[in-house]
Amino acid sequence: MLGRLRVMLMKEFLELRRDRWAMFRLVVPLLVQLFAFGYAATFTVSHVSTAILDLDQSSLSRALISHFTATSIFDVVDVATDQREITRDLNQGTAALAIVIHSGFAADFNNGREAPLQVIVDGTNSNTALIALGYASQIVSIFQSDETTQVLPASAGAGAPQRGERAGDPAAPGTITLSLADQPWFNPGLNDRWFFIPGIIGTLVLVQIVGLTAFAVVREREVGTLEQILVSPISSFEFILGKTIPFFLIGLADVALIGVVGVLWFGVPFVGNPFLMLLGASLFLLGVLGLGLLLSTFSRTQQQAFALNFFLLNPFFILSGFAFPIAAMPPFLQWFTYLNPLRYFLVVIRSLFLKGVGFYDLWPQFLAMFLLGAGALAISVMRFSKSLD
Amino acid sequence: MSLRRVLALAFKEFLQVWRDPRSLSVALLMPLMQMVLLGYGVSLDIRRVPLCVEDQENSAASHALVQDFIASGWFAITAALQDEAALRTAMDRGQCIAAMVIPVDFSRVLDDTGQATVQTIFDATDTNTTNIAIGYAQGVIQLASADFAARWAGSHGTPLARVGVVDFEPRVWFNEGLDSGNFIIPGVVAVILALVGAQLTSLTISREWERGTMEQLISTPVQPLELMLGKLVPYFAIGLFDAAFCLAAAIFWFRVPFLGSVATLAVTTSLFTFVVLGIGYLISVRIRSQVGASQVALVLTMLPTTLLSGYTFPIDQMPAAIRALTFIVYPRYYVSILRAVFLKGSGVVELAFPMLALSLYAAFIIWVAARAFRKSLD
Repeated sequence: MLGRLRVMLMKEFLELRRDRWAMFRLVVPLLVQLFAFGYAATFTVSHVSTAILDLDQSSLSRALISHFTATSIFDVVDVATDQREITRDLNQGTAALAIVIHSGFAADFNNGREAPLQVIVDGTNSNTALIALGYASQIVSIFQSDETTQVLPASAGAGAPQRGERAGDPAAPGTITLSLADQPWFNPGLNDRWFFIPGIIGTLVLVQIVGLTAFAVVREREVGTLEQILVSPISSFEFILGKTIPFFLIGLADVALIGVVGVLWFGVPFVGNPFLMLLGASLFLLGVLGLGLLLSTFSRTQQQAFALNFFLLNPFFILSGFAFPIAAMPPFLQWFTYLNPLRYFLVVIRSLFLKGVGFYDLWPQFLAMFLLGAGALAISVMRFSKSLD
Repeated sequence: MSLRRVLALAFKEFLQVWRDPRSLSVALLMPLMQMVLLGYGVSLDIRRVPLCVEDQENSAASHALVQDFIASGWFAITAALQDEAALRTAMDRGQCIAAMVIPVDFSRVLDDTGQATVQTIFDATDTNTTNIAIGYAQGVIQLASADFAARWAGSHGTPLARVGVVDFEPRVWFNEGLDSGNFIIPGVVAVILALVGAQLTSLTISREWERGTMEQLISTPVQPLELMLGKLVPYFAIGLFDAAFCLAAAIFWFRVPFLGSVATLAVTTSLFTFVVLGIGYLISVRIRSQVGASQVALVLTMLPTTLLSGYTFPIDQMPAAIRALTFIVYPRYYVSILRAVFLKGSGVVELAFPMLALSLYAAFIIWVAARAFRKSLD
């Protein structure tokens, strides 16, 4: 059996080597996509175009505004003079966010009343809007505590009679404030690329290897060389092994190539164990190859294989957690994601890149990928054996 | 240009489509399935962030704080942790995205100084979810602050020192519930149309070559532009049907608010459909084999459309070079048109820029198509 397999493998590699463009076609699209993805895929929220309407014109309102402009998150594009201008800015999309300080803001604040601050956000892009609002509320609470600490030492002394109510209890605090000390682990700078680049490895490998495998098998059928192979003493299992091993190696090379570019060019840290990575990638490729083969058994012509591939790629991509969190999907779609090898590999690869976890934390993913791959391969072999008879 | 020849060709092409029910049903069913799958799949809204709690104090105050997190509806407690090691394991295994550590002296410090810090740790692997979760936690902490202040005032019988409070009033326009579906689903329609449309026409000419009917076509008096128009007519009908179907699904099934006018939608959608089909046609003219043509169509449309059209990743956050590149990605204009028509109710006037851009594309396609198709066999 090993001898026959070696002959089959030699044939495959020979075909690959004779195709002078093969290397080019394998590597160039991969790199182009990596760079396009690496630079374009971002949910970062910064430089939000902001319109400001300050009807109070006090030193306090200006202090509040400078809290906003001190960050790189908000870029002031318009200093409005009335509410109508704000409405127009938002309607035309000149500004995505507006800060409105009504007159009497400083007076309210200094007299211990609630001083309303209106922040209007264009919700068209709900994600940006949500995050920008989070930043805004964070800035407001920093402003609040800055102003309070400025005020309190003075009030602890003799002055500030309007805050005198606390005199009855000398130990009483001036205010009660809880604050949040957030610590983002694994990605302290909240750098988007650290999230997307590892995901791109899985996505690009899936897209490339499923296509290659499916086409390779269907091409033999379409060109008519499949019959020649069928009359040879090769078994369908050996045939499939011979067909898939080259793509398996190409897939591993892909993972290494994109991983190295991700670490060296995009500066994504890799803190995990490279051997676990190899194991994870191998199990993932098992699933990917199985998928490609399965696809090829359902297609008679390259055209059909292409249509099927095209039809399936988008769902595999969307339902993997690459960009859209699986937890945000409705339950019936979450069930679909369990059939997606990419789903598990994304967990593995992100954990290995950023968290550096061990085998003990990842074995459920490994097991799932193995079962999916073995299942898909078994079905493909069965369907092939049938077409032999 | 002869209308008769265009119609004759359109009739021939229509018959060809009609007699291939398999391809026709794919063309009609595929957008349907993609719409359902993607419409549900593309959500960024994490509603209940899985939260682990390490409550070192276990006091009335710390319980009240945890209760505030639960009551907000933004967090779901998935585990109560005993120590740092358990926290590390829970984070490694992805049991929770956020973890809150309440220090052992939480209520004492709060009573003494009036200030207390709650440590929250986030699994920042998914940066976007983390950003959203931090925003949620910020909101809960502010509410909790107010709760604690009220409770303090109640138990001490004296009101707190009155320092002004900024009352943060967020208003959301155009998408009040900040539902990411309202933002992404119009974009999904654009993506589906761009992908399916290019596939529809990318095979029309290569099929003639592969079936050997090209010679017959060349021997007719048909002009290049007439050929394109005639070929596009039936696919235009299919494309518009797909578009109408996807848009209807967005409005009636996914309940994306639709504030614009149907007329604006019809005009812009027709324009976009023409551009999409035209691009597919040009690919078909250039590349003779069917597989080659549809592969080129996929590469040229898939990546730019999903990545650079702005349907999920906001264009204004991309680096300048990539942003410049998006101007040639025609789906970007339709994505922005759909979003504005759906959520803002924009009319043709507000949409002048993207419509102009699409019109330029259409003009370019007609210009190239008139030259690209040479009536020769080599």
